[in-house]
Amino acid sequence: MAAMTGCITFLLNGEPRQLPAETPPGMTLLDWLRGPGGLTGTKEGCAEGDCGACTVVLEEAGGHRVPVNACLALLGQMHGRAIRTVEGLAGPDGPHPIQRAMAEGDATQCGFCTPGIVMSAWAQAREGGAAHEALAGNLCRCTGYRPILDVFAGLVDDGSPSPALPDVSGATFAAPGQVFHRPATLAEALALRAAHPQALLLAGGTDLGLLVSEHRQQPAAILGLSGVAELQALSTAPERLVVGAGVTYGRLLKALEEVPELASLAGLLRRLGSRQIRGMGTLGGNLGTASPIGDALPPLLALGAEVVLGSARAGERRLPVAGFLTGYRQTVLAPDELILRIVIPRPPADAIFVCEKLSKRHDQDISTVSAAFLLRVAEGTVTEARLAFGGMAATAARAASAEAALTGAALGEESFSRAAEALAQDFAPLADWRGSAEYRRQGAAGLLQRLYWRVARPDLALEVQA
Amino acid sequence: MDGSSPAPSRSGMGAALRQDSALKHCTGEARFLDDLPEPPGTLHAALALSPVAHGVLAPLDLAPARAVPGVVAALGPRDVPGRNDISPSGLAAEVLFAEGKVEHWGQPLAVIVATTRNAAIAGAAALRPSIEVLPPVLSVEEALEAKALLMPPQVIERGDWQAALAAAPVALEGEFHCGGQEHFYLEGQIALAIPGEDGDLTLHSSTQHPTEVQHIAARVLGDDYNRITVQCRRMGGGFGGKESNASWVAAVAALAARATGRPVKLRLARKADMAATGKRHPFLYRWRAGCDAEGRILALDATMAADGGHSLDLSGGVIFRAVTHALNAYDVPALRVTGLACKTNTVSNTAFRGFGGPQGALLMEDVLFAAARATGRHVDVLRERNFAGGPNGDETPYGQALEGDLIRRVWAEAKQGAEWERRRAEVDAFNASHPTLRKGLGGFALAFGISFGITAMNQAGALVHVYTDGSIRLNHGGTEMGQGLFIKVAQVVAEVFGVEVERIRITGTSTAEVPNTAPTAASTGSDLNGWAAHSAASAIRGRMAEAAAALWGVAPEEVAFAEGQARAGNRSMEFGELAHHCWAQRISLSATGFYRTPDIHWDARSMRGHPFFYFSYGAALAEVLVDRLTGEYRVTRADLVQDCGRSLNPAIDRGQIEGAFIQGLGWLTCEELWWDAQGRLRTLGPSTYKIPGSREMPPVFNLRLLSGAPARANTIFRSKAVGEPPLLLATCVWNALRDATGAARLDLPATSERVLAAFAA
Repeated sequence: MAAMTGCITFLLNGEPRQLPAETPPGMTLLDWLRGPGGLTGTKEGCAEGDCGACTVVLEEAGGHRVPVNACLALLGQMHGRAIRTVEGLAGPDGPHPIQRAMAEGDATQCGFCTPGIVMSAWAQAREGGAAHEALAGNLCRCTGYRPILDVFAGLVDDGSPSPALPDVSGATFAAPGQVFHRPATLAEALALRAAHPQALLLAGGTDLGLLVSEHRQQPAAILGLSGVAELQALSTAPERLVVGAGVTYGRLLKALEEVPELASLAGLLRRLGSRQIRGMGTLGGNLGTASPIGDALPPLLALGAEVVLGSARAGERRLPVAGFLTGYRQTVLAPDELILRIVIPRPPADAIFVCEKLSKRHDQDISTVSAAFLLRVAEGTVTEARLAFGGMAATAARAASAEAALTGAALGEESFSRAAEALAQDFAPLADWRGSAEYRRQGAAGLLQRLYWRVARPDLALEVQA
Repeated sequence: MDGSSPAPSRSGMGAALRQDSALKHCTGEARFLDDLPEPPGTLHAALALSPVAHGVLAPLDLAPARAVPGVVAALGPRDVPGRNDISPSGLAAEVLFAEGKVEHWGQPLAVIVATTRNAAIAGAAALRPSIEVLPPVLSVEEALEAKALLMPPQVIERGDWQAALAAAPVALEGEFHCGGQEHFYLEGQIALAIPGEDGDLTLHSSTQHPTEVQHIAARVLGDDYNRITVQCRRMGGGFGGKESNASWVAAVAALAARATGRPVKLRLARKADMAATGKRHPFLYRWRAGCDAEGRILALDATMAADGGHSLDLSGGVIFRAVTHALNAYDVPALRVTGLACKTNTVSNTAFRGFGGPQGALLMEDVLFAAARATGRHVDVLRERNFAGGPNGDETPYGQALEGDLIRRVWAEAKQGAEWERRRAEVDAFNASHPTLRKGLGGFALAFGISFGITAMNQAGALVHVYTDGSIRLNHGGTEMGQGLFIKVAQVVAEVFGVEVERIRITGTSTAEVPNTAPTAASTGSDLNGWAAHSAASAIRGRMAEAAAALWGVAPEEVAFAEGQARAGNRSMEFGELAHHCWAQRISLSATGFYRTPDIHWDARSMRGHPFFYFSYGAALAEVLVDRLTGEYRVTRADLVQDCGRSLNPAIDRGQIEGAFIQGLGWLTCEELWWDAQGRLRTLGPSTYKIPGSREMPPVFNLRLLSGAPARANTIFRSKAVGEPPLLLATCVWNALRDATGAARLDLPATSERVLAAFAA
């Protein structure tokens, strides 16, 4: 065990900070900033990672800027990171040009969401991409967004380099009543996992961070995985992608943008949470919490992805994603095991692969129904159909009856309608605040019908969002 | 100065200045209440909320909370030294802490005070209230069935509507729902109470109504009003949600500070805020109408039943505005409109931007669609045929005239700007050709009455000081929630003194500076406070003019104030120099100003009168693109025309219009409040309650302020209020969705689920 008991250190607005040893490592970054940190520019709007008033930016090696929700980030996870807050943008000449542009463009009314939006803008000026994606994690209740989007349309990178990150190794942070293990290597992580099976496993923390942020709990032991180098590996081989369990959705999305046959998965990930959520959240974490509405699960099922687990005791084992998920928030993960990586086969060259999501709001919403379809058609006949759905049952699952109805059927509207009808045998969805059972059934059926039109009329735009 | 012909100025009337704190918002320097340094010894409070929607409550045992480490006090209804009553109107019994019974899920039961916020929350969670569960009433239909009303019906009648209904060639009827709306101000409810000497209390409150905070806190504590000073520099959004609800939150902090003798902060977590504070009223509509073959509506009998929640709160005013806006910009010669406030076991619904007006204005849209279907005419043709004024009557059923020429003008300008006729043809062609997508077009026209429904509330005060260096300090009873009131009123004062606005120090609202104020609500903030500040500044300016006149040997009327100077003929003096001269002459440089809206009255018995100083007009057109397979849709274009009179500040007004439109769009489309069968609200935070994001802004979003239309009423510099009216313009999106789906009924919010069902209907 190389891990040493230590103090959390990070760069805050370019200045090194070492927190006193008694600082609870499970405290949220937001609570620390606004309290001991004395920086009240960062606001709490919701404490659940959805409004973005608490947005701060992680300055990464290579100059990348990753916006994150300070309400969900725990101090232990911030060890070795460089954090920039709204107070850290001004230069010797006063406010940052983005701050001036926001003010002069009437992009603030009440001002409570504004610091978070400024930070998202500062990241966007460097990272680029669509403005709506950059803003999906920031709610404004006053302006209607027009002036904010105008500012985003004219953002200019200030060219400021990322500061050199502190050199950190594995560490354990212990405060009265709470211990946070932050291993730096897989060997350390597996040993800690075996030694502390009750410790809360924390990847990005975009789901489990709610325990602290919203429910005000203080877990006694946390095993934070974001510092484990091996879990950060990401490779895009010709046949498959191998995604380390600690790879953030943000990094995965960047990699997918280079994989044309998975463009639809990239499109889905752009709607998964927000940039802030994708800056911390991981595919491994999404599998680990096994939520029935995890957006990434249907694509993994449709593609036949596998998950690789590992333990110090038994080494590695590999199993299909469908075999990994056993029930509502239940998996086969043993108490001494970690998810190491996910192996995602690329779809065959002749396949059509489509990811779908129905939600009340297009961006930054939990899916009512999600789906991923892998379809192969030869000479007017469907030769293979892998149809996976989320939000239709206690776990994400494939629709066996609908697949059977479609496989071998002629490529025609009627075949897809029959498959849509067959969904009734596959799922008995629940009704909740996201949608009635009837809407889930009809919406899922509609997605299958839309799949037909995608194949039959590739010339047509079929989505309401441009 | 008569207020009607201002000279152009860089920073006075009509200048497009920024919100007063805009740059500080962007740098993080603007301090919201939770950002203020906490006084030493500050304690933190958390509420214990009812886990049950309806039941008999045994006296609450607070011992488990007191046993939690860090907890200093636990206070329930029996610990209230004054009255356990937070009714804003004083017309009903509304408890601060439940006693004997609980009437909604999330109802406050007690407050726990601790050395840390986490400890207070843990203390609240340790309580185990003993409640004998009763079946909750959760819908307006159930409440109507049980005749459970919070107040007597409000009924407006005109003509022999029964005979007119019977005689009308075409009979129509309809029923539909609209949902409520969570305010979702980004800054949640918060108050900080700081005890002083002799029982004095300073209350920092994020409130639209400091005076009511003062009154409710005093009532709960059993104090005179003069013991309590309420301050608010800024809110992180209000939208009506901090009109009455801020008062009881602050009263809890005041109670805890009084009980412990220490400063106490109560900041509601988002979920507690959404569970315990009121929302926009949902409505159920049932109506019958008659029209002729050309679609002219001749008679109407409508019931608009609001879900008031468990207690009265401001429901009386909401119903008043709903029934007075039921005809909106249209004329119906004979009618009866009945407004009901139903009692349910949900949180007590409250003010929300528009205050019943948005709900009222939905009625005629449904009637016009039904008439269009029945007569085979296009709804926009019927819209024009039924506008008030012109060939139709211009008088509202309660006796106040609408300006038919302005209704027609905003509608015509909107249609022209939107190229309505050409796009109608394009939409029809698209719909005929696309296998799965449908487009729809919808229009809307608006007449919104400005003034508080309660005549007494239409008053305001201001306090202006000029210092001997010529700097000016401005205070008034209005509150700043982001809407730009502070800069607008400062512009009024700048205009009066002929100085640049930078010379004016804008200060936070305080009951110690301007007492007995109305809430900043009903769009009246700049109308009322602008005039009050104008009055105060004019009084000082008059004295300064007399001093200059005496010095120069001219008549006071000859002294003009412009460009930072006082001038008469070829004599001039810098404004500060004149201020110093006045001091030397022992002339007062401080004045209060007062304003009461003229010409308004209302007879609640006959439901007739002249309740509004004037009307604000607007029109809007929207286009939607809908997927008939999934119900997904997007508003692809909106064109708005809004009447602001002669705008005090076009940049601020534009921001209000755009923001209100998107907020209205949220109410009508994606914002859905969802209660389970036990009456628990399950859409409690932004992860489940979806307000519009940036993508919901229509990619083509055109706005025009009506030009050359100064207010005909003697408003401040002939401007018009802008806070609420444009929220209603979003109704055009509902109409566009009805057009795209062809549905006879589309309940609101028109979620993708309802839109998909509408295709099937």
